[in-house]
Order: sequence, then C-alpha cells, then structure tokens
Amino acid sequence: MANEVPDFARAAGLDAVAPGGAPRAPRLFDGSCDSAWEILRTIPDPEIPVVSVVDLGIVRAVEINGETLRVTMTPTYAGCPATELIQREIRENLQQAGAAGVEITLALSPAWTTDWITPSARLALQRYGIAPPCATRDAHTMAFKPRCPRCASTQTELVSAFGATPCKALFRCVACGEPFDYFKPL
Amino acid sequence: MGVMNALTTPSAAASVSFLLRIADGSLVLSQRLSEWCGHGPILEEDIALTNIALDLIGQARLLYTLAGAREGRGRDEDAFAYWRDEQEFTNPTLVELPNGDFGQSVLRTYLYTAYQLVLWQSLGASPDAELAAIAHKSAKETAYHCSHLAGWVIRLGDGSAESHQRLTRALDYLWPYTPELFTADAIDPQAAALESAWRATVAPVLAQATLTPPAASPFRATGKQGRHSEHMGYLLSEMQSLARAHPGAKW
Repeated sequence: MANEVPDFARAAGLDAVAPGGAPRAPRLFDGSCDSAWEILRTIPDPEIPVVSVVDLGIVRAVEINGETLRVTMTPTYAGCPATELIQREIRENLQQAGAAGVEITLALSPAWTTDWITPSARLALQRYGIAPPCATRDAHTMAFKPRCPRCASTQTELVSAFGATPCKALFRCVACGEPFDYFKPL
Repeated sequence: MGVMNALTTPSAAASVSFLLRIADGSLVLSQRLSEWCGHGPILEEDIALTNIALDLIGQARLLYTLAGAREGRGRDEDAFAYWRDEQEFTNPTLVELPNGDFGQSVLRTYLYTAYQLVLWQSLGASPDAELAAIAHKSAKETAYHCSHLAGWVIRLGDGSAESHQRLTRALDYLWPYTPELFTADAIDPQAAALESAWRATVAPVLAQATLTPPAASPFRATGKQGRHSEHMGYLLSEMQSLARAHPGAKW
C-alpha cells in the first residue's frame, strides 16, 4: 500500500520516479563514447531527479583517449552545491559500469545556459510541477509569465525571484491558486 | 618602443592580488548576507538573500581557486578564506559594514552588485581567458541579484515615510564608501574606468526610489589596501572560528 502512487502524483508524472532517483537500467561500458553517453543519461540531477545531468546540459563532452574516459562538465550556477555531488555520481556510475580511468574536467566557458535543456527534459520538468525556462533571448526582464504547470493558465504572478534553489523563481497561478516553481532562464 | 610596451601594456593574465581583491569582495558580502539566514523580514526574502549569498560564494570559490593555481604555493580556496588575517583581505570597506536594518542591507548589496555587474562585463572582455570565463558566468547571475535588489530599493525608497527615511539614512551612511570602488592603484590601474557605467546604472534606480545621494566628501575608505573598518575583525572571527578550531575538518 505504502508504495502505491497517489493519483495526483501520477497526474504530475511523479510515478516515473523510482524511490531514490530516476529509473536506472544497469548498463555496461563497452569502450565507446555512445555507451558512455547512455550511462550518463541514467544519472539524475540530485535536485530535480526527473531529468538527467545530460538533459540539463551539464555534460558537455565525452572523449576516449586510450584507457581514459574524459568527461567535460559545466556547473549550472557558480555556487551550486550539487556540482561536487554530480561529479562524484558521474565518476561512480561510469566506474561501476566498467570504465577504468575516468577523468572529469570542469569547464566554465562557454557558461551554462538554460537554452541547453533538451525539449524532453522541459516536458519532464513541467510534468514534475516546475515551469520550464523560456529562451534566454526572451528573458529581458522578470516580466515574463510562465504557464502554470498544473492548469496551463498564463495568468501567473511572480512571488519571489529566488525560490528553493538559485535556479528557480517562485510563482503563483491566479487561475488555480497554486504556487509553483519556475526554472529561471540563465 | 619595446620598453614602452612592456610598461604600458597590461599582461594578459590578471595578477593574484587582483583576483584576491575581487574574490574577497564577493566572500565578505556573502558572509554579511548569510547573517540574514533565518532573520529575513519574510520567508521569500530570507531565501532570496541567502540564495544571492550562495552565488557570491560560488564566484569567490572560482576566483580563489584560480588565484591559488597562479600563485603556485599550494593555497586552495579554504586557505584564502579561513587562514588569512584581516590585513591580508583586500575587499573594499563597503561590503564589510554591518547589515543594519533590511533597507540598509538591500541598499548596500544593490550598490555593490551594480558595481559587480559593470566589473564582470568589463572582465568578460579580458584577454585573460580564465578570468573572462568566470566573469561571463558571474555576470548572468549578478544581473538577477541586481534587478531583484533594485526592486527593493525602489519599493522602500519610494514607500512609506518610515521606509523612505530609513533608506535616506542608509544612503547617507553607505555612499561615502562607494568612491573606494573606483580608486585606481598598482593592482587595479583601470578601476576608475568603471565609475561612469556604475553611475549610469545606479542613478535612475535611486531617482525612481526618490533618494538623493549626499554631496561628495573627501573621505576615502582603505579596505582594498588591507586597512579595514573596526567591523572586519568581528566578521572574520565569526567566519573563521570553526575552521581554525578544527584545522582540516571535513564535512
């Protein structure tokens, strides 16, 4: 009984999340870049487990140099406390899949932007209850009105420019009355 | 000609002293903002100020790490933050002043983040690629800080008689510390070049907030030279006490 997903959670897409993170299929590293990407796609973001670190645009490149697998990643926000955890998750997941030498490079340039979040991840964010960011070229001010992830109304208002994490703002839907997070364009 | 070039052309890589100075500005302001954690006037603002503090720590960490690598003496971000004494910190005095009330805190943070905005924009074009990358990343985050704080400065300055009076008092107190941001020296010969862009950013916001800066005074703060106000020692003793009581402690 305790493990049953309530209706509201299923409607919000929360049933897709296994306890403790996104669903993971054990995969083995076969020495190719493709298989490294496959493994990286199963690593959830620690704060928003419905999207992977690849879908968020955090993993920038994968290269194979002899026995060494080199992963280039970029932090979202400079002070994001999850950056170190993500680094460890990448290393551990690749090693568990059989990669011998894993080298992780942190690249600051070009700076991470929400424009790199994939379309499928945007949908996952919305189903999870977080309004996805608009394109950065449209984000001149905080005047942009995100669509309520619950009732799809655009009658929404800003409550606070900083939400539960620096990457999110807090909004309220005027139509359905519910508060929701908005992933700020950066 | 060759000699002239060597004297007048700045080296492509920023000096360790310059990196530490801007890192110290971010860290010390972050420490002040984190004092608001659990004390904000409303929950949303408590979260906003501490989120901004977190971004400032992020800037400081990147800059300290770069400074440590360039210095080549094995000092990491923690060595710079926790194991230097007061005179070795070179942040401008503005950021170490006490928080005061909420109005004074948002006004100080606004004045400094508006400075950071023009600083990051200028450093984003630096020939020093590593510093330019940090500046470019920080600029995007600072733009959010600055617009959020400008909103509060306007709301409080052009608010009730009480809030207007408090903001006026805060501006009278803080304004004389701002010329230090643009005081050039050997470490930062270009500092004065940012002043007009900063004024152009700040002036319309203060005008909209119905606030008038006090007349220019001859007072010059000297935090950038390591000569700090009486408040700095208390700030550092609180910030550094844990690291110094338990050297090498890990979470």
